[in-house]
Amino acid sequence: MYSNMVTLQVMDTIFYEAQRQGRISFYLTTNGEEAINIASAAALTPDDIIFPQAIGFGKRVTYHGMLPKWLQYREPGVLLWRGFTVQEFANQCFGNGADYGKGRQMPIHYGSKKHNYVTVSSTIATQLPQAVGAAYSLKMDKKDACTVTYFGDGGTSEGDFHAALNFAAVMEAPVVFICRNNGWAISTPTSQQFRSDGIVVKGQAYGIRSIRVDGNDTLAMYSAVHAAREMAIKEHRPILIEALTYRVGHHSTSDDSTKYRPVGEIEQWRMARDPIARYRKWVEMNGWWSDEDESQLRIEARKQVLDAVQVAERVKKPPLAELFTDVYDQPPSNLCEQEKFLRNIVMKHPQDYPTDVPV
Amino acid sequence: MAKSVKELGKQWMISSFSKRGFSTACSTLKSSSSSSSTMEKQSGKSVNLFTAVNQALYIALETDPNAYLFGEDVSFGGVFRCSTGLADQFGSKRVFNTPLCEQGIVGFGIGLAAMGNRAIAEVQFADYIFPAFDQIVNEAAKFRYRSGNQFNCGGLTIRTPYGAVGHGGHYHSQSPESFFCQVPGLKVTFHSASIGALHVEVFILYLQSPAQAKVKVVIPRSPKQEKGLLLASIRDPNPVIFFEPKWLYRLAVEEVPEDDYMFPLSEAEVIRHGSDITLVGWGSQLAVMEQACVDAEKEGISCELIDLKTLIPWDKETVEASVRKTGRLLVSHEAPVTGGFGAEISASIMERCFSRLEAPVARTCGLDTPFPLVFEPFFMPTKNKILDAIKATVNY
Ligand SMILES: Cc1ncc(C[n+]2csc(CCOP(=O)(O)OP(=O)(O)O)c2C)c(N)n1
Repeated sequence: MYSNMVTLQVMDTIFYEAQRQGRISFYLTTNGEEAINIASAAALTPDDIIFPQAIGFGKRVTYHGMLPKWLQYREPGVLLWRGFTVQEFANQCFGNGADYGKGRQMPIHYGSKKHNYVTVSSTIATQLPQAVGAAYSLKMDKKDACTVTYFGDGGTSEGDFHAALNFAAVMEAPVVFICRNNGWAISTPTSQQFRSDGIVVKGQAYGIRSIRVDGNDTLAMYSAVHAAREMAIKEHRPILIEALTYRVGHHSTSDDSTKYRPVGEIEQWRMARDPIARYRKWVEMNGWWSDEDESQLRIEARKQVLDAVQVAERVKKPPLAELFTDVYDQPPSNLCEQEKFLRNIVMKHPQDYPTDVPV
Repeated sequence: MAKSVKELGKQWMISSFSKRGFSTACSTLKSSSSSSSTMEKQSGKSVNLFTAVNQALYIALETDPNAYLFGEDVSFGGVFRCSTGLADQFGSKRVFNTPLCEQGIVGFGIGLAAMGNRAIAEVQFADYIFPAFDQIVNEAAKFRYRSGNQFNCGGLTIRTPYGAVGHGGHYHSQSPESFFCQVPGLKVTFHSASIGALHVEVFILYLQSPAQAKVKVVIPRSPKQEKGLLLASIRDPNPVIFFEPKWLYRLAVEEVPEDDYMFPLSEAEVIRHGSDITLVGWGSQLAVMEQACVDAEKEGISCELIDLKTLIPWDKETVEASVRKTGRLLVSHEAPVTGGFGAEISASIMERCFSRLEAPVARTCGLDTPFPLVFEPFFMPTKNKILDAIKATVNY
């Protein structure tokens, strides 16, 4: 878990820099929320069903019978834990031809069928009722699995959040709702988001067993999710976990959060409550980790990410034909017509079009 | 719509605005001296688009103590900096953050407006207006009609940034205007043919695009337009959805009068005169169209370019008059071509000018795909696509 947390942190740093250098168009970090990301993912996947496999550029692990997940954009660590490689992350951020989303979405909108990680949408909270529907299906099919869905404190204000909780309770769906209560929704503090005692009471109001945990405590997070999963599947019921944390980074690369919150507050969380530093103390105390391990891990992770970025940058964009596929299962006549028309235009005015998109 | 409004001319100066009653009309506007905007004392100074929005919002709040401004992240200035300084100036009871809930924002705005206030609601991106669709379509649009005009929410204005930015992908690029130009359900319920009676007005500003800035084809009045149109929307006695071209928030710069002034809604403007073909567009697309006009000119084709500004109710007369003169029409918008507002314009002009048309009406629009990140340049109705369509139409 620890090395995944560090890798996530290193990846965030380098991708963030890549955005600053104009190499990718957008990025959003998970800084400060690494524990929620990794510990929840770890708790969800029992060791006995992991079959490691080496594929492609890096180490990749394939899983069977895993838990489908409906996610938002600040949970890449879950995917990392499941074996999505740094290269795969980089491919998505560069929107290149190897991106499973075919370059159609902004950076950080990851998705991977084989990792049961449903593709991210930018719209807040829309994934929540969908996760309930998927959970209902797992229950009907008598699968030993639940769905897990993540969202922020801001997301709990959307109608979809309330619909999802109510549906989950009434349909007795095996779904684990994980709220990352990081104090902020862009510039909006939770005091302007709701006046309830956090999220946990909302779950209870809908008749859902709910628990609040310290989201920066890796072990607490792990135990909570582990127990929630058991309960959800065995007892056919939804569980809500409110993970208290803090968004240490800016909302995204489009944001400067010092405009609306004190730098001291950010620093306090970064220095004193950093989940990685806290967890490191524990693994060190157990004699499982040393300074050498640490520097070696960081050097390796850094190299891995930098290499991935360089490779991703050189891969061509998806071919033009992919503009028209997947709108429907088969392109209807209007799209066939438009593709033909577009190809003529591109031939006629090649200077108007990017050269890295194969036509 | 309001004929009287048109007669007042292109620009109105107004003195003061008080609380709007339940059924105020445009004629309550007075044309006299200007108000004092203390925030941007820079008459004649060049400002960009988001500053022009900021000025308009400032004036709207200053001239009407019952005006409120709210939405996600509005307090610290908004993600596009349009409301910078306003919470400090007018207090957190009048300028405030809402919880993250678009249906809440619009529903709250309807209630606030129904009590006679001016509710200026911001939806952070037009892509996120859909959770509020029910409140807009079934509530705001029918509030007056369904009550026999006992109630209205005319004080509601929904501002929302729309359109391509070069890297927005699916959910930071869309142009959803046509959804609001044909409120589903209305046809079934009451008025099968009265789109013009809808209480939702949709209009978009046009401004110069970065590409245009490069080739120096300037339509330099854009932030000025924004300010005048936004103030007119806020004060219009009907709910208005006001789409702002986010690509141009920083890019479009021009001199904006510091005064309190408005441009009439539902009045199209011929921004370039010509005789061979009429081009109709709105928002940031106009800049691209202007470039195509310039290039067509070089090849001896004289284009007339019209900024429609308001889509519902739209100024058919101006477009019709132009097409009667040129005999040809091209409509262009970023939204997908199928079911876009271009179809409505095309059909209406076909009905009115069939015998005068010398070629089929051309549409150069977005493709019928979701808005794609890396394929954005292919998706867009570019200058050369428009230029080709102009030539094909003229040589039909
Ligand atoms: C429906 C919708 N409305 C608005 C937005 C714009 N937006 C993107 S992130 C965000 C804040 C989300 O805050 P929160 O749910 O607390 O998650 P966090 O970013 O803190 O992880 C907003 C308002 C959006 N993506 N979708």
